[in-house]
Amino acid sequence: MRHTLSIVVSDRPGELSRIVGLFSARGFNIETISAGATLDPQWARVTIVTRGDDRTIDQICKQCARLARVRDVQDVTTRPHIEREMALITVNAEAGLPRQEVLNLVGIFRAKVVDVSHSQIVVEASGNKEKVETFIEMLKPIGIHEITRTGRIAIGRLSNLEAEEDETDGNHETNETYESHQSYSSRSPN
Amino acid sequence: MSARPALSRYPDSLSPPCAQPSPRGAEILINALVHEGVDSIFGYPGGAVLHIYDELWRARDRITHYLVRHEQGAVHMAEGYARASGRVGVALVTSGPGATNAITGIANAYMDSTPIVVITGQVPLRLIGTDAFQEVDTVGITRPCVKHNYLVRDVCDLAAVVHEAFHLARTGRPGPVVIDIPKDVSAAQASYSRLDHIRFPISERISYLDRRALSCAASQILKAERPVMYVGGGIVNSGASEELRALAEHLQLPVTPTLMGLGGFPSAHSLSLGMLGMHGTYTANMAVAESDLLIAVGVRFDDRVTGKLATFAPHARVIHIDIDPANVGKNRLPDLSLIADARQALKALREEISFRDYAEIVRSITQRSKWWDQLRHWQREQPLRFSGSRDRIKPQHVIRELHRLTSGEAIIASDVGQHQMWAAQFYPFKHERQWITSGGLGAMGFGVPAAIGAQLAFRDRLVIAVVGDGGFQMTNQELATAVQYELPIKVVIMNNGYLGMVRQWQEMFHERTYSEVDLSVAPDFVKLADAYGAFARRASRPEELTAVLQAGLEHDGVSVIDVVVEKEENVFPIVPAGANSRDMIFQSEGV
Repeated sequence: MRHTLSIVVSDRPGELSRIVGLFSARGFNIETISAGATLDPQWARVTIVTRGDDRTIDQICKQCARLARVRDVQDVTTRPHIEREMALITVNAEAGLPRQEVLNLVGIFRAKVVDVSHSQIVVEASGNKEKVETFIEMLKPIGIHEITRTGRIAIGRLSNLEAEEDETDGNHETNETYESHQSYSSRSPN
Repeated sequence: MSARPALSRYPDSLSPPCAQPSPRGAEILINALVHEGVDSIFGYPGGAVLHIYDELWRARDRITHYLVRHEQGAVHMAEGYARASGRVGVALVTSGPGATNAITGIANAYMDSTPIVVITGQVPLRLIGTDAFQEVDTVGITRPCVKHNYLVRDVCDLAAVVHEAFHLARTGRPGPVVIDIPKDVSAAQASYSRLDHIRFPISERISYLDRRALSCAASQILKAERPVMYVGGGIVNSGASEELRALAEHLQLPVTPTLMGLGGFPSAHSLSLGMLGMHGTYTANMAVAESDLLIAVGVRFDDRVTGKLATFAPHARVIHIDIDPANVGKNRLPDLSLIADARQALKALREEISFRDYAEIVRSITQRSKWWDQLRHWQREQPLRFSGSRDRIKPQHVIRELHRLTSGEAIIASDVGQHQMWAAQFYPFKHERQWITSGGLGAMGFGVPAAIGAQLAFRDRLVIAVVGDGGFQMTNQELATAVQYELPIKVVIMNNGYLGMVRQWQEMFHERTYSEVDLSVAPDFVKLADAYGAFARRASRPEELTAVLQAGLEHDGVSVIDVVVEKEENVFPIVPAGANSRDMIFQSEGV
């Protein structure tokens, strides 16, 4: 089964490669990976989509949590959450019917036109994986020139968030990393 | 170099005013090491660590540097020191080849959870990434086999890095930490003050002993009809042997240690079943196969213990106690787990049991009498044994003699191979930290340097390196180190002129295809040891053995005893790799 893991790690050179290296060294797979800053510049959030049965996912989380600079590992798949990924697509769009067709699809998928030339259009699409993939499938017959896709990012749904104050550094960021039994935080090892 | 301005990331106005010139990186490093209680370093100099060696020379009354003859030896010595003493071992090597030569030791410490700090030199910052002379991406190539590593880019970070490195190496599940220091960082100036209250970015991983889990574990143990305690290196690392013994004796629980757990429970104790696993005893392996409750403490269900995982302890519920959450459920899913230090967990478990009704404890012990009958029956049926010989020295007999001559009190450091298994089987260990071996990595060449490290930790104790003729030739140059620093290790070479364990596998599983295992072209080890300035003797015939061993052991300085043993002796019993433990083989075919 596919899982989305959210890992909070010290934002220093080389820390991302520790995580990636761990996946390859232990034979885990990475479908997508994305990394970005959190509110606290000391910490970065890495979102990894991976596949495996429950025991494999458990091992992945525990092995990641074991890294000295990882503060928290969450399997966000185990609770209500929102996932998004984005794609930038250069698609053929000669004036006339082809361009009209592309613009129709852009409307249906609530995508955006971000650049245009006489023969091509660059569109930006975001949504969950299925939506982005369906959009790409629909554009294929028209002629896709190039695609760039991001990895997936995820965040917990508000309805399920129980704000929990973090006594050490009570910033907003730590409010999301509340501890559940799926948490592999360095503060509560099980 | 010294004219280079300090690589401070703070504005000048923030630097503390000081009358004396600020110390350089190298001096900060040495001060930090001293504050961590380091008094010995094993190392080998080179271009990138020259500033550090300058400083070591000045600080020679505070830290003694032991010059090794190969960097692998330095790290193994640091490991031997750490394993014997429980303190953090320290090795210092230069960049490039210094670092790559150290990798075997680092990987070995990682596999066997040994607390060491390895300091490597690096080319100057401005040359990093330019394929400079003796440049290698040390942080990159050590990353998969360290607990953590650092490239120190700013001399202001150096002290904190050193303190954190020691903290990481010795806490939780111990392991190796590498600090890579560019040459210009060790030359740069900064201020140093002892950091007593560092707040590490990651707080120590606290383990909570869940009361409910403890109570549940206690009940299961009291209820079990056929329990076995399966204990490993975690017992030794946490100093849990007394707690283990107390718990086992209180409830009359049978105990089987792994290779790494030897010494954590006295081998000769009546509750000991002997070692578990591939070359473990019949009783230990049968006990686990028939057990209804496996109490696994400080172990990781390694493949050399479990054989085929699916048939390992098939009838048993498993209680797994380990400090590393990642070990739990990695190979075998336990029914109950406690993420905790072994000593604390065993102590808490014993306390929990002491609250129970006395009658319940008595009932628990009596209901296991049938189990003990069965265990004793297996012990009588298939004890560890070997056939004697009149004209050949049996390697197992050498170990028995060593045990007798040392009253079982020597620290034994082994290399890797047949002799390692015979030492594990036939030298009954009494104390934790008495047995130092390369378990997880199986690194030949470990024995001699590890013994030197252990001897440094305990100058007055008898330290014996039991090695094969193959492994001895991988690191025998360290005899020079032992002789130079008067570290009087005793090296016993089990010389069969073969790469014995590989030969045994070829004999048993590869139709006797003795491909490239003949080591009979070797130097005369007595002359070799003599050339190094060590005392050396050889025993070739059974009647010579005792006198030669005795002479070697009683010699004041370094001694090498070359024991020419039976060439094609096999280690038995053996559970073939990946097999069910019931498929144990006890003797060679056609014997």
